Amino acid sequence: MNIPELLTYGFIQRAILTGVMIGILCSLLGLFLILRRMSLIGDGLAHVTFGATAITASLRLYSAYSLLATIPIMLASSLLILKLTDKTRLSGDVAIGIISSAGIAIGIIVTSNGGGYNTDIFGYLFGNILAISREEVLIAFLLFVFVSLMICFFYNDLFYISFNEELAKISGIRTRLINSMLALLTALSVLLAMKLVGIMLISSLLILPAASALQVARSFRTCLILSATQGSLSVILGIYVALCVNLPASATIVLINLLIFLAATSVKRLFSKEKRAITAGSKAAV
Amino acid sequence: MKPDNLNPPEFQEKNGKAAIITENLSCSYRKRPVLENITLTINHGDYVGIVGPNGSGKSTFIRALIGLGEIAEGNVTIFETALERFSQWWRIGYLPQFLQHLPHPFPATVNEIVSLGLMAGKRPPRRLKALDMTRINETLALLGISDIRSKQIGELSGGQQQRVLLARALVNDPDLLILDEPTTALDPETRERFYSIVGEMNRNRKVTVLLVTHDSGAIGKHASKMLYLDKKALFYGSFEDFCLSREMSETFGEHTQHIICHRH
Repeated sequence: MNIPELLTYGFIQRAILTGVMIGILCSLLGLFLILRRMSLIGDGLAHVTFGATAITASLRLYSAYSLLATIPIMLASSLLILKLTDKTRLSGDVAIGIISSAGIAIGIIVTSNGGGYNTDIFGYLFGNILAISREEVLIAFLLFVFVSLMICFFYNDLFYISFNEELAKISGIRTRLINSMLALLTALSVLLAMKLVGIMLISSLLILPAASALQVARSFRTCLILSATQGSLSVILGIYVALCVNLPASATIVLINLLIFLAATSVKRLFSKEKRAITAGSKAAV
Repeated sequence: MKPDNLNPPEFQEKNGKAAIITENLSCSYRKRPVLENITLTINHGDYVGIVGPNGSGKSTFIRALIGLGEIAEGNVTIFETALERFSQWWRIGYLPQFLQHLPHPFPATVNEIVSLGLMAGKRPPRRLKALDMTRINETLALLGISDIRSKQIGELSGGQQQRVLLARALVNDPDLLILDEPTTALDPETRERFYSIVGEMNRNRKVTVLLVTHDSGAIGKHASKMLYLDKKALFYGSFEDFCLSREMSETFGEHTQHIICHRH
């Protein structure tokens, strides 16, 4: 199947458009999360999504309304993770673990009472980007615009707290507010990403593009640009390969991200070997 | 010297308004008391050398002054504003002890790190202007690190990283400079250059300097006042009084006191 032919299908247009938006959001936020050592928050929030989606699915809401109904639960959970870390002096990963397992447990109970796993839940577990509706594209677009504007507006604040929270604090940056904002924006992005790659694979979409960019980028700005580029390209390539070879799109997107990460690590290793050889050569010449 | 006599009148009157005032300040670390009942005034233009044995609360003290430490009791006033209400952060340059927890590999160039020092005086989105770029260039040149401006911070040696962090603290032209063991990773030549830059800022621009260091020689050359901490303020007074204090030679050690005072 060639690309122009594929692009004539409405469901593929919707999938690529939404997928690219989600890919960019996750890869941008992923960099901040990795540097703040909060990368697993995506995984934890994804598990919460399972519980939240199970609740909204049991109410038999229309897909787009179900997505909207999940937003407040996700936002509350992300703030709860921060609150738990802050108030109980638990490390971030413990707080994430607690909220994450609570989300899964609630999801299982609600789903089992609702007569077992239905197709909606299955779609959220493993992603179903090709089944995205027009309303969901609109919601994704609005959230994409909102999250992107927030990242642009608070870019320097996010950069500063990623570098050092204490120095940021005594530069007048409201670190608590920025941390909460980062968690909230992640919650919104995870919610969207659930449709793209599914709950089980969300953290890879947050982690892999940023991890690849970290291997090769020198400056913070370049790192963000590279991460977003990988996030969006991997979605386009993933959907195309999945359709050509008849594979699940979600897993294909993740594997393509993994391949890019491996390539980036090899490039880095190659360059550092070359650099070492040049340094050793110049020392020998002296 | 007893806490009641910590603020001789001449210190308060010499330069008018105080840069920092602490009243009955007690600090803790993870709920454990570290410092007790510190009442003192640091005036504009003072260069205060803060000394004391390891674990005596020196870092806790300066961190508490800028709202990073746990204040168990008492008040801190910076530039005539209570710490809780203080918002003029651009007036303060803080260089913490060597950043051991720098995320690695942190993807930022020297230029980007130094530019962070200018964020305090701006509102989000805190964009840099042409004047800011000039200021960054001048600061990099001042510290002799212009040639590494495009390098990633993680690629640099410990000494170079420390100079970058100092540039970040100086770039905003602060009125108060708080330095916590600033020269531990520096070679002797850079250390000299560092102290001479800070000394010039103090003399020419009347920048108030608080310096925590074990480098006795540096304190002797530059400090105008001494603060000796060991769970509480055992001495706070002029450099000359410190050198004459018999109590200090007993507590601080005659040899170290001699090194500080001899080099002044």
